[in-house]
Amino acid sequence: MKARLPRLTFWRVVLILILAAGLFSTVVRFALGLGASTALSDQFPWGLWIGFDVLCGVALAAGGFTISAVVYIFHIERFRPIVRPTILTAFLGYSLVIVGLIFDLGRGYKIYNPLVMWNPHSVMFEVAWCVMLYTTVLALEFSPILFETLNWRKPLSVVKSVMIPLVILGVVLSTLHQSSLGTLFLIVPGKLYPLWYSPLLPVLFFVSAVALGCAMTIFESFLSWRAFHRRLELDLLSDLGKVIVVALGVYMILRVQDLIHNGTWSLAFGSGYEARLFQAEFILGVLAPIILLLIPAVRHDDFGLFASSVMVIAGIVMNRLNVSITGLERAAGASYVPSWMEVAVTLSLTGIGFLLFSLAVRYLKIFPEEQEESAQQRLPLPAVAQLSRPAFSLALALATDGVLKRPSAERAAAETTTTMVHVSGAP
Amino acid sequence: MDQASASPRALLYDSTLCIGCGACYDACKERNGLPETTDDFLTDHLSANTFTIVQERGDGYMRRMCMHCVTPTCVSVCPVGALEKTSMGPVVYHEDRCIGCRYCVQACPFSIPRYEWSSLTPRVRKCDMCADRLAKGMPTACAEACPAGATKFGNRDELIAEAKSRIAASPDTYVNHIYGLEEIGGTSVLVISDVSPAELGLPTGLGDDPLPSLTWDVLDKIPRFSVVVGAFLGGVWWITKRREEVRLAEGKEVSNES
Repeated sequence: MKARLPRLTFWRVVLILILAAGLFSTVVRFALGLGASTALSDQFPWGLWIGFDVLCGVALAAGGFTISAVVYIFHIERFRPIVRPTILTAFLGYSLVIVGLIFDLGRGYKIYNPLVMWNPHSVMFEVAWCVMLYTTVLALEFSPILFETLNWRKPLSVVKSVMIPLVILGVVLSTLHQSSLGTLFLIVPGKLYPLWYSPLLPVLFFVSAVALGCAMTIFESFLSWRAFHRRLELDLLSDLGKVIVVALGVYMILRVQDLIHNGTWSLAFGSGYEARLFQAEFILGVLAPIILLLIPAVRHDDFGLFASSVMVIAGIVMNRLNVSITGLERAAGASYVPSWMEVAVTLSLTGIGFLLFSLAVRYLKIFPEEQEESAQQRLPLPAVAQLSRPAFSLALALATDGVLKRPSAERAAAETTTTMVHVSGAP
Repeated sequence: MDQASASPRALLYDSTLCIGCGACYDACKERNGLPETTDDFLTDHLSANTFTIVQERGDGYMRRMCMHCVTPTCVSVCPVGALEKTSMGPVVYHEDRCIGCRYCVQACPFSIPRYEWSSLTPRVRKCDMCADRLAKGMPTACAEACPAGATKFGNRDELIAEAKSRIAASPDTYVNHIYGLEEIGGTSVLVISDVSPAELGLPTGLGDDPLPSLTWDVLDKIPRFSVVVGAFLGGVWWITKRREEVRLAEGKEVSNES
């Protein structure tokens, strides 16, 4: 078990480089401000830190409430081995979301203000409370793992006795929080491109988060198997694959009927910037994984499951970025490309997430005691499973085409009333 | 008189009267103590140091500034109530409450609020309709400075009546529309012109319902939703647990009998 794969060393070097760049960016962010460290502007007040660190961070943590509801509330005991890795992911995810928020908030030192200054009419107020409450719930749900390792019996029994109400509270808070991130964008009907603006945004965010949460569990199980030879049983992961199909199926139906209902369906077949990104997002995150995971041979194969879950993750992350960034560019009359410092901070937070996850897997009881798997007889994948590669390529081609067609900042500015703000060094 | 002072204040901007002199621009800078940002005010843009601008629009001019909505989107989206619609009409900002989430900047349908990006304690900046002057019974600095009567200060209902009579008196000059009378629930800056709102660069097609209702319709359901979901989950837990117990008990009986 201690023998590590040489690959890990390479990734360590990468991680150290990323963290060094992240540290530098952190200093710039807090010593010189948002203007010096980010590409944000009055036309583009939210960027990568909101679009990825917060929106995706929360969505990627969705396995936490999904699986704990399945096991604790619905008593489907088969899934119990998955509870710990998903709770760990969710807890780390939410903690990093808070760190990301402290970077992004102009006055991060006042992050506690929503506790004492209320505006129940604000979605951001709901978001703030959900983040705080659910992180607390997750910390408590995670604590038994720690108490077990430390052999603290008393606190362990206390937490275990309130586990059911805690899980119910967690599910309610998560449902509210996942959907509220979609609700945030209901207020910009005139700004968000019609392929993404929808009165159903809260529901769409919630349903896609469920699929994403399950995909993350598969993804992590696979990675921790590569790193530590600790993993979940393939049968369980295959069942998660089925859950993904159901969640994505519901999502697809809602999304398509919503586009038809709003009369924006025809936009989806365009060839412009937004249409291409929409197509990439939809094929990668919805269509391809549904088709792949419907095939039993794919679902019961390591690579098939892994590739499908990577697709779901990539596609839904794209969706969040499209809603929060690219879908707003046309109306803003400005394009936004994150500064390298924003990217460095985001990568650092992601890297820290991976690091903490791997430390937890190594030192705490996250995955069940490993059963050294006898080298599995790998059945050859059916030809259709090769779909994953063309699907990836197609999505990549569509996204690239879209980005190349992106309206340049000057052209967009000329079309709108607002002129670009030039942040100059003038006194 | 009492009733008049209780009615909210507003500004009426008549683009047909505007001569593009920039007196409002200078007066705003002076009143707010804002640094100079350009040599030619007609090319300036809204920023953390510029709360109003005058733009050339075809043959005429157009002023841009905070519209001071009757039901402001920014006030509704602010998680900590840092933005407030006062009874006098202005939408004002409370720096001490702000956490810097910039949801107001993102949400404003007129894209007005600006942010102090280079500050370590950044503020949201925008026109506050000279709220302190209004409290003393004075007009806004821009209205006071305007030599052409293009920006007029007064009670909102009186200004609406005035706008209507101006349009009625010269129907050939004006487009028969008072912008801000009904748009997204009304604004405290009213605009009349000889060209359409779209040509002035004002957003159209947002409807007459205040935007905050879009999110409130969802937020409003949260308490009930939480109780229902919580109760449902509790019920499912109880039923599945009971089923499990019954199954175990039956299993025991079977094994006892055998």
